Amino acid sequence: METIEIEVFRYQPEKGSDPAFQTYEIPLNKDWVILDALNHIKDHIDGSLSFRWSCRMGVCGSCGMVVNGKPVLTCATFLEKFAPGPVRIEPLDNFPVVRDLVIEMSDFLDKLQKVKPWIIREEEGSTEEEYLQTPSQLADYKQYSMCINCMLCYSACPVYGLEPGFTGPAALALAQRYNMDSRDQGNRDRMEALSDDTGMWQCTFVGDCSAVCPKNVDPAGAIQRYKVEGATHWWKTLLLPYGKDR
Amino acid sequence: MKRRAEPFWWSLFGAGGVMSAMFLPVLLLFFGFAVPFGWIDVPAYEGLRTLLDMFLVKLLLFAIVALSFFHWAHRFRFTLYEGLQLHRFSRTIAFLCYGIAILLSVFACYVMFVL
Ligand code: SF4
Ligand code: FES
Repeated sequence: METIEIEVFRYQPEKGSDPAFQTYEIPLNKDWVILDALNHIKDHIDGSLSFRWSCRMGVCGSCGMVVNGKPVLTCATFLEKFAPGPVRIEPLDNFPVVRDLVIEMSDFLDKLQKVKPWIIREEEGSTEEEYLQTPSQLADYKQYSMCINCMLCYSACPVYGLEPGFTGPAALALAQRYNMDSRDQGNRDRMEALSDDTGMWQCTFVGDCSAVCPKNVDPAGAIQRYKVEGATHWWKTLLLPYGKDR
Repeated sequence: MKRRAEPFWWSLFGAGGVMSAMFLPVLLLFFGFAVPFGWIDVPAYEGLRTLLDMFLVKLLLFAIVALSFFHWAHRFRFTLYEGLQLHRFSRTIAFLCYGIAILLSVFACYVMFVL
């Protein structure tokens, strides 16, 4: 059977060695995705290799890695695409590495919290009450709700790489997911939190986040729309200083 | 809510992007290629002058030119600030970039409305 070389980023802090690439030769199975290749290595060649995965079907968002320089979901990327090889597999960019291909994601989780990703009501209704929504109201935000938190967009975003404080693509898109939900009334709260120096204005519209997103969330588009809203809000409070918005 | 300048500069940047994308290619094609290469007859000076004497035309031209400066300023500011990693000078950079855009706009205003 044909084989292919896989170069895997290895970092094992307990051994005190520097990060390095280790090469494995594995069968080039036409049915395999990159994640299958990694599992083959782990099961048959080197049990010490660490990486995250769970669903194997592009839903859980835990298997994101950089393959030949591009952030991808390894369970949704075929190995054969890279024949004759070699294939280089690295952890996601812009995050600290815990071990091998496993990154430390607490910064991302903090940022998700920051955008208040839940439905905010000015007054809580009774728990019996239902908030109905028409299909077109659902369509307004549905695209932004498809995010699986895979962090590929953070790996691709040069601004996040340079400015670790930047709220980042997925979190800003998530803010829009709630802002545009007809049941939500938290737009103002979020605007306040996301108009600071680490929020939407730090985005320079490079667009790489949308290019790598496996779910077509289009975070870049979400942020541009948010900026238009932010700017409109700014002019409104300037021109109508006694408006309700102040 | 604390007022920040960022949305203001971004509005000018956005408006400048729209203006320059919409008008500059046509203007450049017309006055930069079509006229000098003789693809069309050179428009009569009198005609152009009359057109330019209309206040709305002046205003439009001024808006295209001035907003394009601000578009440049915003882009260039981020290029310096992030591209060259000059964080320490972020205020100076902003001051210089927008300052240049303001000066050039004042000059454009002078050319358009005073001269
Ligand atoms: S926006 Fe797309 S790339 Fe970013 S975390 Fe969500 S699914 Fe992944
Ligand atoms: S393993 Fe769940 S998205 Fe790849």
